[in-house]
Amino acid sequence: MRKVAIYGKGGIGKSTTTQNTVAGLVELGRKVMVVGCDPKADSTRLLLGGLAQKSVLDTLREEGEDVELDDIRKAGYGGTWCVESGGPEPGVGCAGRGIITSINMLESLGAYEESEGLDYAFYDVLGDVVCGGFAMPIRDGKAEEIYIVVSGEMMAMYAANNISKGIMKFAQSGSVRLGGLICNSRAVDNEEEMISEFAKKLGTQMIYFVPRDNDVQRAEINRKTVLEWNPEVKQADAYRGLAKAIDENKNFVIPTPLEIEELEKLLMDYGLMN
Amino acid sequence: MLLRHTPTEITERTALTINPAKTCQPIGAMYAALGIHGCLPHSCLPHSHGSQGCCAYHRSALTRHYKEPVSASTSSFTEGASVFGGQANMLQAINNIFTVYNPEVIAIHTTCLSETIGDDLPQIKKKAAAEGKVPEGRYLISASTPSYAGSHVTGFSNMVKAMAGMAEPTGKKNGKVNIIPGWVEPSDMEEIKRITGMIGVKTILFPDTSGVLNGPLSGEYKMFPEGGTTVAELQSTGDSKGTLALGEWCSADAARELDKKHKVPCSILDMPFGLMATDRFIDALRTIAGVSIPDEIVNERGQLVDMISDMHQYLYGKKVALVGDPDQLIAMTEFLVSMDMKPIHIVTGTPGKKFEKRIKELTKDMGCKVNVKAQGDMFLLHQWIKNEPVDLIIGNTYCKYIARDEDIPYVRWGFPILDRQGHQYFPTVGYKGGLRLLEKILGVLLDRKDRDDSESKFELVL
Repeated sequence: MRKVAIYGKGGIGKSTTTQNTVAGLVELGRKVMVVGCDPKADSTRLLLGGLAQKSVLDTLREEGEDVELDDIRKAGYGGTWCVESGGPEPGVGCAGRGIITSINMLESLGAYEESEGLDYAFYDVLGDVVCGGFAMPIRDGKAEEIYIVVSGEMMAMYAANNISKGIMKFAQSGSVRLGGLICNSRAVDNEEEMISEFAKKLGTQMIYFVPRDNDVQRAEINRKTVLEWNPEVKQADAYRGLAKAIDENKNFVIPTPLEIEELEKLLMDYGLMN
Repeated sequence: MLLRHTPTEITERTALTINPAKTCQPIGAMYAALGIHGCLPHSCLPHSHGSQGCCAYHRSALTRHYKEPVSASTSSFTEGASVFGGQANMLQAINNIFTVYNPEVIAIHTTCLSETIGDDLPQIKKKAAAEGKVPEGRYLISASTPSYAGSHVTGFSNMVKAMAGMAEPTGKKNGKVNIIPGWVEPSDMEEIKRITGMIGVKTILFPDTSGVLNGPLSGEYKMFPEGGTTVAELQSTGDSKGTLALGEWCSADAARELDKKHKVPCSILDMPFGLMATDRFIDALRTIAGVSIPDEIVNERGQLVDMISDMHQYLYGKKVALVGDPDQLIAMTEFLVSMDMKPIHIVTGTPGKKFEKRIKELTKDMGCKVNVKAQGDMFLLHQWIKNEPVDLIIGNTYCKYIARDEDIPYVRWGFPILDRQGHQYFPTVGYKGGLRLLEKILGVLLDRKDRDDSESKFELVL
């Protein structure tokens, strides 16, 4: 089983990209579990057709420590397993600890056992790696490959660079590696070239360029992945391409994060090209 | 009447524990770690309120029970450590500990704060090794022990599992049997070794706190006492022909780890307290060794059966309230039921619904209602006693308040015992241990009879 974690700046489209990619992997015949590691618990909305999932932490709070696997995972689109960690309301408690608790619980309940027949486990993780809890999915023995969702906007690249620092720390003592950057286009000038260059400087690759397309929004309104909503549209092919690229990816590296001056220069070079 | 405010009427509580029947995970982890030879338990410790309170509390909790010095070190978290993570403190600590004390093993357990900030101990251990902070032939093991989950029993089990993680199979069988005794007294561990020795089974007992927490006063201070399971033995556990784990809560995880990782088959038994649980333990040893049971053991069993039958009239129908840890209570309940006593109120602070199920099974033919609760507290036990009085309480030192207020005969047994001595030196496992339990139970029951009997009924011979 391949364990994949998706990181990236808040609002960059991690959950949307993850779920659409997972739908693409399902088309390739893969068995996938998606673990949402975001207190908002919206990482599986498109696969489940709505925010229908009761989160691990809610279940734990209401039913005590005797929880069973079927209480916390739900079957979604194409036979995927969907889990939401959940967490506290904004402004209270400790969301990071919530992630640690839920992943430990999934392990102790045997969700990753060979008998479950999974090809992939995807962790969809909130924004930056703000604290130790949000790094849980990339601890040794957990996710082994990471993709960072990024766009050509400064702050997204800045976040991606920061996340690379986190990965570097864990990669030095564990097996986690960066698999590439997924460019989720914001239609910025020279975006594809810039992210390719950024990826190269990080020692990795831009594994796929997902073009900006309003069909993504239309599918979201219908609470579906693009592939389920309308498999014929061009954007569905983009996600199929991304799924295939991940499925065939062999390029796993320890990233080499950039100094901030270097990052700014990259933006200047590409942003002012026209 | 120190507990005079405990009301008889029981109201449902969901968010309040009064007089808990459990303590911190790290206390269990620390006790288990002391059963490794040459080990310094190391507590990755928060420092937020000025003092290094976690480590100090865990050490003193063990010292108060075992009446021995308990050495442990701490990562001394400051506000800085809780913001930036405890890695720097841990690495510095590892360096200092190996430089100053040079233990064979540092057994690291986490605390609530380090768990909450998400310190990743396996990663820190690897970093320490990569940076050459762990000298040749020295080891780091670690267990995750947040106190807001489980209980001291969970912490014990987690550290024993970490010990099982030291197994390094060579591929050549060592002809031994691993015995994981669970959280029992140093004296009990000694007794288990005596029994296996008599049967002729070669064993690796881990953890083994005998000779560590019941050592002699020799006039000479030793940082690392003679006792404890050695590193070589722990590494060899992967080559053993099987594992006997005593107690589902304390020992099963470690046994299953050895089974899963190194294909060392395991059986999980109850802790050998009382007649029947000891029978099963002896039988398991006999099967493994392929021998018949030696006469000495048959004799010891006979003595226990003899005392039970001689004194049966004083035991019959006596109602008992029990509080303690799941593995011990399961064995004790079975022992009491087997002597026609009636354990009717049973509480553990450790979570696990299967505890309640098991107790219900053991008491189903007793013919009366049994109150049992996992994750319960001693306040509830007291309320049950007020509603249906008992003839005897068996539990740790905290029971003395209930026993005094309700004027009930009381036997100290379990953890912690802070106000009486002997538990470190006299075992309660096995047939001999059963005799000692029985002696204690009869002692308090007959003392009460002598106190309360009218002059015409006051007998010289009982």
